[in-house]
Amino acid sequence: MTEVLLPQPSEGPGFVQLLTPEGQRVEHPDYALDISDDEIKSLYRDLVMVRRIDTEATALQRQGQLGLWASLLGQEAAQVGAGRALTERDFAFPTYREHGVAYCKGVDPVTLLGLFRGASQGGWDPNENGFGLYTIVIGSQTLHATGYAMGIQRDGGDGAAMAFFGDGATSQGDVNEAFVWAGSFNAPIVFFCQNNQWAISEPVERQSHIPLYRRAEGFGFPGVRVDGNDVLAVLAVTRAALARAREGSGPSLVEAYTYRMAPHTTSDDPSRYRLAADLETWKLKDPVERVKAYLSRHGVADASFFADVSAAADELAAHVRAACIEMADPEPLSLFDHVYAGGSSLLDEERAGMAAYLASFEGESPAAAKLNVGAH
Amino acid sequence: MATLTLAKALNEGLRKAMENDPKVLVMGEDVGQLGGVFRVTDGLSKDFGEDRVIDTPLAESGIIGTAVGLSIRGFRPVCEIQFDGFVFPAFDQIVTQVAKMHYRSSGNVKLPITIRIPYGGGIGAVEHHSESPEAYFAHTPGLKVVTCSNPADAYWMIQQAVACDDPIVFFEPKRRYWDKAEVDTDSSPADLWSARIARSGTDATLITYGPSVRTCLEASAAAAEEGRELEVVDLRALSPIDWETVFTSARKTGHAIVVAEAPVYVSLAAEVAARVTEQCFYSLESPVLRVGGYSTPYPASRIEEDYLPDLDRVLDAVDRAIGF
Repeated sequence: MTEVLLPQPSEGPGFVQLLTPEGQRVEHPDYALDISDDEIKSLYRDLVMVRRIDTEATALQRQGQLGLWASLLGQEAAQVGAGRALTERDFAFPTYREHGVAYCKGVDPVTLLGLFRGASQGGWDPNENGFGLYTIVIGSQTLHATGYAMGIQRDGGDGAAMAFFGDGATSQGDVNEAFVWAGSFNAPIVFFCQNNQWAISEPVERQSHIPLYRRAEGFGFPGVRVDGNDVLAVLAVTRAALARAREGSGPSLVEAYTYRMAPHTTSDDPSRYRLAADLETWKLKDPVERVKAYLSRHGVADASFFADVSAAADELAAHVRAACIEMADPEPLSLFDHVYAGGSSLLDEERAGMAAYLASFEGESPAAAKLNVGAH
Repeated sequence: MATLTLAKALNEGLRKAMENDPKVLVMGEDVGQLGGVFRVTDGLSKDFGEDRVIDTPLAESGIIGTAVGLSIRGFRPVCEIQFDGFVFPAFDQIVTQVAKMHYRSSGNVKLPITIRIPYGGGIGAVEHHSESPEAYFAHTPGLKVVTCSNPADAYWMIQQAVACDDPIVFFEPKRRYWDKAEVDTDSSPADLWSARIARSGTDATLITYGPSVRTCLEASAAAAEEGRELEVVDLRALSPIDWETVFTSARKTGHAIVVAEAPVYVSLAAEVAARVTEQCFYSLESPVLRVGGYSTPYPASRIEEDYLPDLDRVLDAVDRAIGF
């Protein structure tokens, strides 16, 4: 059987770009962005910080300090653009790759590492920063975001929810159900799809025969494709989508067209399924470099600014590294903690049993205890 | 005191829950205008409005997934899954998300979601409308599972489940929806996690729950005519189980038979049998027996009576236990 995989053009009518890969500001009729050079410098700083966190985490995985890392390399502009559009009243529902959104939402990157180190299953309080738990089963969080948005409608809140997901997740039933629900209830939500072209080894053409943003039309709300490597365009588009949601005009879908420059995770080997030349093409569209080009070319920032940002990023990376290595393993009996809010007689019994079992090794050497030597 | 059907008792209980807490929402397919296919939510939409009694799109994963988001926002959703066999599209959200979020968030996120599921056979339904999937949920850490067997328990247990801060799968014995009984709405309820001695006896213990409680009570009445006094334990809570009540009864009678509609293999009945054997070994005079469904898909309704545990199969097991 002949495979039919239609290529999805990167640019077409409606493709929103405000900063070219060469660092030139361009206008778009629907998305004017009134932004100062200082704000652009601040966005640049976030892009660099986020990339530095990612680089450090990848290194920590390679050195055995993390079990796994899902790199966001190449998606910094998509995440910082959307993350900076979110305000305190808005709630983000992430996948497992939204380290940049987490940073913008004020989450300490070290918190994220617990999951990848195996020291926790996440563990943070979503309500503290309006940033949900990482979601590894792709698509589930889009329904959570939709329900949260329905909650905003019911308690008179004035925020919005933003659901993050990837191109692969658009094939999930949950994502499509979330689209149905959001449309039906006119929920204040933005569906933010980072189309990074690859769902591990499967190209986006395997997920869809039309550009993803056009799916929205069938669900009855607008969809837009934005240059996901252009932080200004993403900021403008997501700000508009959030404003639309908050004012009661309902959901929208933003497809941030980008590229996963790193493997899917540190366990992946993309050389088995994609061409190295593609990566070179996308390097020319690098989300960080184009902002640096703009700032340099227009004399907005000088060498000392870039050096300061670089030094601050290194400082953050050092904090991440030290805190990761110092992160203690949880105590064995803590595995029973927080299964239920109201406790459980079954768990009480099992915890007591495990505690008694562990106590039976008291006085033995830790190595013997670990090996269960001499227990019986 | 009022005489209520089990379905009406649930309806009254839900009404109380909604009156007591403005954050309680009811959501599901046909729960609004229609009042639910079994009328359990009858009249709630009219009295509490469409924002609190939500007719949802026909998507079970959507019902549970949005309930998670509503809970994070501070609501207390009561989700109706229309029939037992329709819960599986929502299984991923229940097992992967609902059951684990409190744990994964180090206790920061509570999901006080009640998932109501009419379950079990005996109403002559077409396929996917008669199943007993409780073991899947009892097997899943992070969920609690309960089932009522009579109108009074239905009235109180649904209110207790809604008030509970943990996610609860609430199984409703659909063929008992029309059973009537006196319900004292002024009394105070038993602990949600306690089992109930539905009938006292000395010769053997029937451990059961949900729709099979009435079957066991009828079997006990028949046995009494032959001079055998059977004790019937209604578990009520399936996860966690009130083991002390179960063990006390098994030790007293020396014979234990577990009765439920679900396929016996790797079932709740199997867990009960294992625990009773482990904890009551020296008090037992016969092996613990299990009476339940066979390891087949739920059969066509014209032969469901042969599949379901009935009075005769229960008494046959009692004979085998006592005659061991």
